[in-house]
Amino acid sequence: MQLVNTIVQGILLGGLYALFGTGLSLIFGVMRLVNLAHGDFIVLAAYLSLMAMAFGLHPLLTLLIVIPIMFILGVVLQRGILNKVLGEGLMPPLVITFGLSILVQNVLQLGFSADSQDLDAGALETASMKFSEVTIGTFPLITFITAVVILVALQLFFNRTKLGQAFRATSDDPGTAELMGINSRQIYGWAMGLSLAIVAIAGVLLGIRTNFSPTIGPARLIFAFEAVIIGGLGSIWGTLAGGVILGLAQTIGAALDPTWFQLAGHIVTLIVLAVKPSGLFARTRDA
Amino acid sequence: MTKVLTVENIEVFYGEFQALFGVSLEVEQGETVTIIGANGAGKTTLLRSICGALTPARGQITYRGQAILGQPAYALNRKGIAMVPEGRKIFPSLSVEENLKIGAYNNQQGIWDLSKVYDLFPILKERAKYGGTDMSGGQQQMLAIARALMSNPNLILMDEISLGLAPIIVKALYEVVERISQAGTTVILVEQDVSRGLNSADHVYCLLEGKVSLAGKPNEISPEQVSRAYFGV
Amino acid sequence: MLASQVPMFKHINSLTPPSLSPERRLAIVAAFVLISALTVPLWAGSGTMRTLVEFIYLLALAQMWNLLAGYAGMVSIGQQAWIGLGGYAMIVLADDLGINVFVAVFLAGLVAVLFALPTAVLVFRLRAGYFAIGTWVIAEVFRLLIASSTTWLQGESGRTLAALGEIARSTREIWTYLIAIIIGFGSIALVYYLMRSKPGLGLTATRDSEGAAASVGIDTYRLKLMVFLLCAFGTGVIGALIYLTVLNIRPSAAFSVQWTAFMIFIVVIGGIGTIEGPIIGAVIFFIIREYLSNFGEWSFIFLGVTAVVMMLFMPQGVWGLLHRRFDLELFPVRRRLPAHLLTATPAALEQSGGIKEPA
Repeated sequence: MQLVNTIVQGILLGGLYALFGTGLSLIFGVMRLVNLAHGDFIVLAAYLSLMAMAFGLHPLLTLLIVIPIMFILGVVLQRGILNKVLGEGLMPPLVITFGLSILVQNVLQLGFSADSQDLDAGALETASMKFSEVTIGTFPLITFITAVVILVALQLFFNRTKLGQAFRATSDDPGTAELMGINSRQIYGWAMGLSLAIVAIAGVLLGIRTNFSPTIGPARLIFAFEAVIIGGLGSIWGTLAGGVILGLAQTIGAALDPTWFQLAGHIVTLIVLAVKPSGLFARTRDA
Repeated sequence: MTKVLTVENIEVFYGEFQALFGVSLEVEQGETVTIIGANGAGKTTLLRSICGALTPARGQITYRGQAILGQPAYALNRKGIAMVPEGRKIFPSLSVEENLKIGAYNNQQGIWDLSKVYDLFPILKERAKYGGTDMSGGQQQMLAIARALMSNPNLILMDEISLGLAPIIVKALYEVVERISQAGTTVILVEQDVSRGLNSADHVYCLLEGKVSLAGKPNEISPEQVSRAYFGV
Repeated sequence: MLASQVPMFKHINSLTPPSLSPERRLAIVAAFVLISALTVPLWAGSGTMRTLVEFIYLLALAQMWNLLAGYAGMVSIGQQAWIGLGGYAMIVLADDLGINVFVAVFLAGLVAVLFALPTAVLVFRLRAGYFAIGTWVIAEVFRLLIASSTTWLQGESGRTLAALGEIARSTREIWTYLIAIIIGFGSIALVYYLMRSKPGLGLTATRDSEGAAASVGIDTYRLKLMVFLLCAFGTGVIGALIYLTVLNIRPSAAFSVQWTAFMIFIVVIGGIGTIEGPIIGAVIFFIIREYLSNFGEWSFIFLGVTAVVMMLFMPQGVWGLLHRRFDLELFPVRRRLPAHLLTATPAALEQSGGIKEPA
């Protein structure tokens, strides 16, 4: 039964990782850009929530503040900085986002010290449900359901809304999209905003779930990357599958030996990379 | 008749390479103008300069009385210039119907909407849910033209719509171009097929190595003149 | 604008005789620097030598990163993998296998290559941004594997180099310094001769447009693999040098992404895609470090901001600026026509026997 519990934990953890991965692959899909500061923005969101909690808000309520802030941050980041190096090759965005990663980590450390923090959601954090011998954490379940809801919303956004179709057109061919009256730079701005809005949710959920500190961002970037690579590019549901597989790998690995938590995920990722480089459920373009 | 478009002495560069050397042309409202010329003469460059995909280094372009040089393509689309690009450039991730709808992104009102466009090209209605690129070349060309119509343009630019297509399909396409012109839209065509180009035009321009080598009405130009202007002999 | 048109450098053409080719000029400068460097142990204290060694290994690291990213177009944020592997390999070879420690430094590079080969096979399946993260994941895998080892590599507590214990301190320092000189000059020479070779030309073509390069028959995969392995070798040797001086190695420090941050900073400030760039970048980095050493987070904030600002406003770096404004060049890696061909007529060309490869 311990095995079943471990598996359940792994699957639910996968929901969080799917959120990490979706934010990352969204911008890659639309503008072939990889945000190396992605993980640090997740942590930033957790800290923003911490600050908002000073007003007496429950962590989940702080989302009302954190999501808009992160959305605007994304739009400003894209239109103010990243759009300026569009078309100049792959180096500038990587160096810029790498620089931002260092910046965010150290600003957070200056502001909050290196101490571990936690978003206190009260009883919600430890609540659980029991089905015969299987224990399901309430909060991990909420996280997983939230992830699925967001993915469904994204799917609807891309397929049913005009802006979503504009995202897809711009992703296919920005030049021709412009001929249709679509301002591709503006679209990129919205895309980054949307990505960071998802990051905001992921960050708050992470902060409630575990302790966080300024330097844990890079590891989250790697988890996001692994969810995407395992699941395959271009597929929203692939990223969910990738996240779940990653979560499973990590929790099963940790059950065997606590220090194998991250390593197990890395190994699985490398195996997928070796055996099926395009990912298990890939739909489109190569990585 | 009012001039809808005036291009004055534009010079266009790709990096250090100059593609257009002081090209000028004028188009009246409702006219069909054809631009002919050999490969590499600068025809596509000229069209892309007009629709805003490229910015000339020198010169001026005036559209409906407004100077538009330097304005981006999306802004010009909102002002009524639409382009059917060389190679069709259908969006592969979008279905046929979504490709059409994206053509109407800015909701410009006019005679063309989804149902009218389906009347014009019934095959597109049949294939509405198919992937945009899951069709034959001729059908994709129809889609590209229809997509451009969806923004109800005042001026429509078409770059080599006959390329790679069977004569019977090209004939059908040009009948559509005729209908578009009759509806009052100004059309600028780039065409490799010289006789086809001369047939449908009110005015013709020939480009040779980035310069205008001939301009006039088709019925006032002799085949020898065209040949000389085209090949530069 | 030519150097001779700038008032300060007006007489530069008379200082360097017209018959002095850029290669000759470089050889003279290099000889001068080398001889000066070799005399350092005679007059400098151990503190100065240590600083110089540190300067050299940071410069060499930057040259390697620049070779990978600037010349070959592969942006990696996982080069610390080879630093760590090189350091550990050196200690294992010297302490556990009894190999002469200074020889072990160079063998460590080969160990790095051994691991770099399967790494390349995996990460080459990824492009651009995901490639970058992939290289980082690999570095993390090495870090975690070593950190979880308890006996041989002693996990998180690390190991200390013992093999130097028998050698007198001043001898140790001089030998370390000399090795650093070899590595420093070697890393620059590696990049220089590679870029002047035929594979180097293929590399430039691949960086500019991989598809086009492949279409003219260049085996882009093998070229990139070769460069990746060369960089791993170089970085591994440098890693061994680092821990030859630091003596104590731990996984969290050896495989830290901070190394990459330094490499990127130096290259971006100095000028990417050039050999002169990282040299200038390393000098600037060293100067800045002196001022910022006590500022903790602020120094890293400065690093981050600088990287962003440079990419936005001065992507060619300080050297790129100098190169463009004053037409300066120390390392002639670009292909150029011999002077007599610049004004040749077809007839004269035939007479002189056509175009020859650069000397």
